[in-house]
Amino acid sequence: MLAYIVRRTFYALLVVLGVLFFLFVLFFAVTSPDDIARRAIGDKALPQVIQQWKHVHGYDRPLWPGPGHATDNLFVEHFERMLTFDLGRSDADNVPIARRIREGAGPSLLLTVPMFVFGLALSILVSLFVALFRETYIDRAGVLISVLLMSIPMLLYIIFGQFLLSKVLRWFPLSGFDPEPAVVARFLALPVVIAVLSSLGSSVRFYRTLFVEEIYKDYVRTARAKGAGEFRILQGHVLRNALIPIMTDVVMTIPFLFTGSLLLEAAFGIPGLGSLVVDAINANDFSTLRAMVFLGSLLFIVGQVLTDVSYTIVDPRIRLK
Amino acid sequence: MTAHRLLALADGPLAGAAFGNIIVACLLALAVATFWYCRKNEIWWQALVEVFSRRRFSVLVLSLYVALALADSVSWVGGGGGEADGVLSHEARSLVDRFFSGSTEKSYSSPLAAAEFYDKTPLVRSRGHLLGTNILGQDVLYMTVKGARVALLIGGLTSLIAIPLALFFGMVAGYFGGRVDDLVFFVMSTLASMPSILLLIALIMVLGQSTVSVCVALGVTSWVSFCRLARGETMKIRELDYVVAARALGVSHAAILWRHVLPNLLHLVVISFVLLFSSLVLAEATLSWLGIGVSGSWGQMIAQAKDELSRDPIVWWNVAAAGVAVFVLLLAVNRIGDALRDVLDPRTLGEGR
Amino acid sequence: MSALLEVEGLTTTFPAGSERVPVLRDVSFQVRAGRCLALVGESGSGKSMTALSILRLVPRPGRVEAGSVRLDGRELTRLSVPDMRRVRGREVAMIFQEPMTSLNPVVSVGRQVVEAIELHEKVSQPAARERTLGLFRRVGIPDPEARFHSFPHQLSGGLKQRVMIAMALSVRPRVLLADEPTTALDVTVQAQILELLRELQAESGAAILLITHDFGVVNQLADDIAVMYAGRIVETGQRADVLRGALHPYTQGLLRALPGRAQSGERLLEIPGRMPSPKDVPAGCPFAPRCPEATPACTAWAPRFTEIGERRVACLLREDRGELG
Repeated sequence: MLAYIVRRTFYALLVVLGVLFFLFVLFFAVTSPDDIARRAIGDKALPQVIQQWKHVHGYDRPLWPGPGHATDNLFVEHFERMLTFDLGRSDADNVPIARRIREGAGPSLLLTVPMFVFGLALSILVSLFVALFRETYIDRAGVLISVLLMSIPMLLYIIFGQFLLSKVLRWFPLSGFDPEPAVVARFLALPVVIAVLSSLGSSVRFYRTLFVEEIYKDYVRTARAKGAGEFRILQGHVLRNALIPIMTDVVMTIPFLFTGSLLLEAAFGIPGLGSLVVDAINANDFSTLRAMVFLGSLLFIVGQVLTDVSYTIVDPRIRLK
Repeated sequence: MTAHRLLALADGPLAGAAFGNIIVACLLALAVATFWYCRKNEIWWQALVEVFSRRRFSVLVLSLYVALALADSVSWVGGGGGEADGVLSHEARSLVDRFFSGSTEKSYSSPLAAAEFYDKTPLVRSRGHLLGTNILGQDVLYMTVKGARVALLIGGLTSLIAIPLALFFGMVAGYFGGRVDDLVFFVMSTLASMPSILLLIALIMVLGQSTVSVCVALGVTSWVSFCRLARGETMKIRELDYVVAARALGVSHAAILWRHVLPNLLHLVVISFVLLFSSLVLAEATLSWLGIGVSGSWGQMIAQAKDELSRDPIVWWNVAAAGVAVFVLLLAVNRIGDALRDVLDPRTLGEGR
Repeated sequence: MSALLEVEGLTTTFPAGSERVPVLRDVSFQVRAGRCLALVGESGSGKSMTALSILRLVPRPGRVEAGSVRLDGRELTRLSVPDMRRVRGREVAMIFQEPMTSLNPVVSVGRQVVEAIELHEKVSQPAARERTLGLFRRVGIPDPEARFHSFPHQLSGGLKQRVMIAMALSVRPRVLLADEPTTALDVTVQAQILELLRELQAESGAAILLITHDFGVVNQLADDIAVMYAGRIVETGQRADVLRGALHPYTQGLLRALPGRAQSGERLLEIPGRMPSPKDVPAGCPFAPRCPEATPACTAWAPRFTEIGERRVACLLREDRGELG
């Protein structure tokens, strides 16, 4: 099994290099430094101004490796810096990106961790309930409601959530953020509620299918023949088997707890990593965008490796070959 | 010439009138071909009829949307309107444009109102706007109907291109294995490692915000999951007894792929197409909220709600119309997708009953 | 000996479109303590469904419509759900055909047997474990301590089936329903498992309902035979009697088709046609369309049972030989 983990990690590294290459092509070849400069200062800028801007932001070197500048070019530099987590400075305001990321991670986590925990607990409970009553009208209603919930775009949840619960009922503040432990919950409550509600539909649909599939399997029939009751079957047999794919699905999302939710943070004024990306979009800040995509990818890759490894540990069929 | 400018240039003619007409013609041809194929294949025909009877309402709703989108795609120059409407004589206008011509006010008006919302000046078309007008005075019903075309373009057209490509690469990778598979798998892994929303944003920032570039960006971010599915299934099919037998008999790779592998993947294609459609429309709505969506989409209308709902008194009809439009479409598509998934279960398709 | 398990008029239906189709029609037989009744028939004849119906484990949307199942006089069909659960495993146990899918893949086999014990008896964990190890030894599982912690996928088919048997017999049931216990196993392992079942039956005096389509298995284990066709019982009797001289044309056809009985060089005799699916069962005798002796009366009237001594047969053409039951 150790050999597998090593191989998996090695492949992950290869993928990281692949991502870096793709990012380079996208951000430096498909759109050239000249374009970036023009977007920052304006289309009609004089060549000298563009050159000056490029120099200040470190873009004034050759793009690809070539004779005479095998290492002094943007390509190599890109790889070197990203791999050493030297994320550079923002194209918009020259602030070090790493600092921004450090500042933004906290608020993002404060939003995503409760979202994750409550969302998971609620989804599993509801799916179990619905699976227990499979083939009855409770099940059909549950599925219909899930599909309904799934069909509403997150946008609408945000808009109506803010409108109804904040403006009309005045239960929560509209937006804003205050890291004081005493009041932070007030600002996070509404976004968490909206986030949980919007993902409930698809989670319940997915988990319910898993549970029901397990319930129809032969070993459940054996357990019934032994005299086990529905509750014992769900808890001791179905859950144990269904949790394997659920857990791997869940481990996958853990890295995203850091990157936060773009929409939610933008809509609720939470100064996390999501807002950082949105600001970068509005400011045409390519370097920040590059760094964030890289960071997101890295976390994603780590998540995938963790998922694969945890699958081999948790499922005895794979653990004991 | 960077990609950004190239795509923006392409947007002109490509998203315009002639393209629209060609697309409509192609889609009709595609629909006829699919219908003919299903007629010939008993199992598929039964499946289709089954889905239709189970989800009559959803199919009806979807057909309505498709009809509206088609109506907005067929356009030609000349006739009707004129200077009063601000329409230039060489501009191509669609059926929908012509139906709603002469209905622009100055600014907001509530549904079926006789006067403007904020300053009470009388409307040109008193009580004529079923869903009111937006900040530019455009009839909200008109904008909503036009949004259908955008939604179907984003969801449908992108899927129609992304899925066959993903299918091709997935089949080839799964079937031939070896180096080809290694390469495809690596490309898939790399693309899949980038969180799709971030990748989407990055692509649009680089490629520009024209309709075409948004579609390209959406396509790039969404082909991987189906490709993976196709690859996995192909690998399973490759090991089936009758495929191995066919190889032993010397049947060519191409023939096997066409006659044995492809038909067994078709049910996945249909289901994935429907699911992808939903997620693409949702993705575009998110992009609009962030300010980088396609113009004229429902997502953009909803994004305007950010301001409109905080006005006093509030302007609610714009977001309500677009919200309901999106919700109903997605609900219908999801319901049909569910029914398709149940009906196209390989256990019922494979060896008959 | 009076019967331990008496099944009478058992009818189980499934929905097909807007109506309900019977997959078991009026099934009646008896199993005595210490004896083994083989329920024989082709795939789809309703054998497994009979066992599931006895334990009231018919999968939804099917259900038992009519009939009675008496265990030592006690009517099982009218028991409350909690009472029925106490019967399952404790008094009537069942083992299944496919041991690979019938065992929970993520729980150790030892724990699964312990669960069977814990469901019905109040024993401490160590005591249950000891009993399980003892059971493993009795059913012939080598190195029981190590095997206790094994997972199903680590065991061979034969070992898995032994685990199933250990699990089923852990609380000493009085009736064992064995649904094709050896079909998925190699022939050599098959013989061992059947031998094991015979020994265990002799020790415990339990009654066994053995479901099978294989006459070889019938020969090794069964004392009595009941033949099923299209959801109905068509013949019952002691094994030796039925095999020596079958009464029902279907049974005769089955026995004639056995390779062992054919002369070398001769073509194997088969029964023409196919058994009808539950939806398509014709009126009258279900076997009539394929029966070499069929008369017009056979398609008109469904035969009742004729009793000839201890044997029963459902055939219009045999009514003259005995008394109508």
